Amino acid sequence: MEKTTYNFKEVMSKPERLAPGHRMCAGCGGTITVRTVLRALEEGDRAVIGNATGCLEVSSFMYPYTAYEDSYIHNAFENAGATLSGVETAYHVLKKKGKIKDEFKFITFGGDGGTYDIGFQSLSGAMERGHDMVYVCYDNGAYMNTGTQRSSATPQYADTTTTPAGSASSGKVQIRKDLAAIMAEHHIPYVGQSTFTSNFKDLYTKAQKAIYTPGAAFLNVMSPCPRGWGYEPGEMMNICRLAVDTCYWPMFEVIEGRWILNYEPKNKLPIEEFLRPQRRFKHLFKKENEELIGKFQEEIDRQWEELRNKCS
Amino acid sequence: MAIRERLSGNEAVAYAIKQVNPDVMPAFPITPSTEIPQYVANYIANGEIDTEFIHVESEHSAMSATVGASAAGARAVTATSSCGMALMWEELYVAASNRLPIVLALVNRALSGPININADHSDSMGARDSGWIQIYAESNQEVYDNYIQAFPIAEDKRVHLPVMVCQDGFITSHGVENILLVEDDKVKDFVGEYEPEHYLLNAGERMAIGPYAVSNYYMETKRAQRQAMIDARAVILEVADRFEKMTGRRYSFFEEYRMEDAEYAVVIIGSAAGTCKAAIDEIRETTGKKVGLVKIRVFRPFPEEEIAAALSGVKAVAVMDRSEMFAATSGPLGAEVRAAMYQAHGTADVVNYFYGLGGRDITVSDFKAVYDRLETIARTHVVTDMYEYIGLRSAQSEEV
Repeated sequence: MEKTTYNFKEVMSKPERLAPGHRMCAGCGGTITVRTVLRALEEGDRAVIGNATGCLEVSSFMYPYTAYEDSYIHNAFENAGATLSGVETAYHVLKKKGKIKDEFKFITFGGDGGTYDIGFQSLSGAMERGHDMVYVCYDNGAYMNTGTQRSSATPQYADTTTTPAGSASSGKVQIRKDLAAIMAEHHIPYVGQSTFTSNFKDLYTKAQKAIYTPGAAFLNVMSPCPRGWGYEPGEMMNICRLAVDTCYWPMFEVIEGRWILNYEPKNKLPIEEFLRPQRRFKHLFKKENEELIGKFQEEIDRQWEELRNKCS
Repeated sequence: MAIRERLSGNEAVAYAIKQVNPDVMPAFPITPSTEIPQYVANYIANGEIDTEFIHVESEHSAMSATVGASAAGARAVTATSSCGMALMWEELYVAASNRLPIVLALVNRALSGPININADHSDSMGARDSGWIQIYAESNQEVYDNYIQAFPIAEDKRVHLPVMVCQDGFITSHGVENILLVEDDKVKDFVGEYEPEHYLLNAGERMAIGPYAVSNYYMETKRAQRQAMIDARAVILEVADRFEKMTGRRYSFFEEYRMEDAEYAVVIIGSAAGTCKAAIDEIRETTGKKVGLVKIRVFRPFPEEEIAAALSGVKAVAVMDRSEMFAATSGPLGAEVRAAMYQAHGTADVVNYFYGLGGRDITVSDFKAVYDRLETIARTHVVTDMYEYIGLRSAQSEEV
């Protein structure tokens, strides 16, 4: 289980379970999510890694090369939940029959397209059935593998290739789906929402809890995409900090139904701070769109209050 | 001693599942295959088998979880029908290309629309290009026997392909017939322990499955699947021989019924073969006309040469399709049989019939009319249409 102390140096010196040489972009948040989550496995523990179709899959397992140090299965776009539930069930029955002796953990990764949208039913089914597995969504807020099309995780007003900002459009119309809350409503033992903080403690410890809590667990990790969001690769950590400090991306967990807020900014920054460095929100800073930033702020405030109430 | 029973086709498959005792069965209900997972759930509830049932939320997830379980190293099975298999479509290809020896009990039913729950082969015929071995049955006995044979075929190292064990919805799945069951220990010996070579949960070897493989590898992957399909032919016959030694019941790629001296032949798949046999007996008894039947058991791999040889001596052939493919030529069985005969320089005239779509009845007198028609065709060598219909009301008909 969770260690009482967190030592960044110690954690970072654990062996990598996602080998270098994969084809993910420089400055990709998805890869960092995978590395951090897999680092939370105890050394020596075996795992089967699942993966929905997406950037991660097509860039990390290009035949005949794989970047995974563990056994790995990719099946299709919309069924990472069901696929790993089959693997996990096989594990239990083969163990019961004495055909395998080793302990295995089951972790699957999907982007927001494969998780919030096309894979939502499969995810919901797997979580409801309570398989002993972790589903990790590396949420970059659009279908990045196919070229930044809108998903239900895309923030309101974002300029995507299917919700382009234009003279008659302010970008995506709807607010994003609150998937972590929906997963919590499945009454699974562990749900965590996180992103990258300077020492990665939040994501690392949540991954540890998710992996080592018996039963189904879900992690939603904001994983920025430099190409889709339009920022310089070196800016990623700053963007993550702004997402958290503006309360755009609150970090919380739900343990056995108990909501816990993991971070409350001392000075809640205005949402512009998060929006400004990203090309996908550039149109919001035009004179005629001023009121949209106000609306964005109102929605952030409403969601933040709602979350604080759940966590009180 | 074999066990005498009276079972429906669904019960027969469920009973075979109990005897095989597979590791994992993800399944989702759909008429008319629903009873199969229900029976299995009862066996599990009563502690009769070790199988883990996964209560998936759709057929897509049923096949996805079956793929996961099989890749993990488990003997994994599922059951479905019609639109359920249509929802699995993508996963059928994934299962086959990953070379997973999954066994799927398919209860053939018409695809929507309009929604129709009755016997029709449009589901499995639509999936004929997915890389699965397809074995069809005329009766409950055959579907039971085929189901048991499916495991050693699928799991043979020369094959490693998934197998679809098909039976006709309601006619076979819900019709109760006398059946001879094989003793439990004999079935267990026959299918053996499943010992996968490579699997995700192998502590001694890490494995990655489901790669991105584009133009530099995809084509060889497909060729390898084709080779497995070619090699499956010998394995299917070997398994059938072993099964015959155990039960005395003989199986091959197809059954020839009174074909020794036949001049007019019907080629058909599934339960309607029984009706056709009754027609043959009656025609031969009353008229002495030399009529016969070729009943396809294995549609994939398709036994082209053997079919062509079986039809080489006849004057006229009627190929009967229980599914549409909207081709200008004919239905799927018609197209394949015609191609096989053409390649073998067959001389018989061929007519293709659509019959029984969406569960429409076909009777002994329908088959008699088909044989009459074959006689005329053989005499005149005139096949007016590439395909005709049995029991279709005309567009002008007032009848509803």
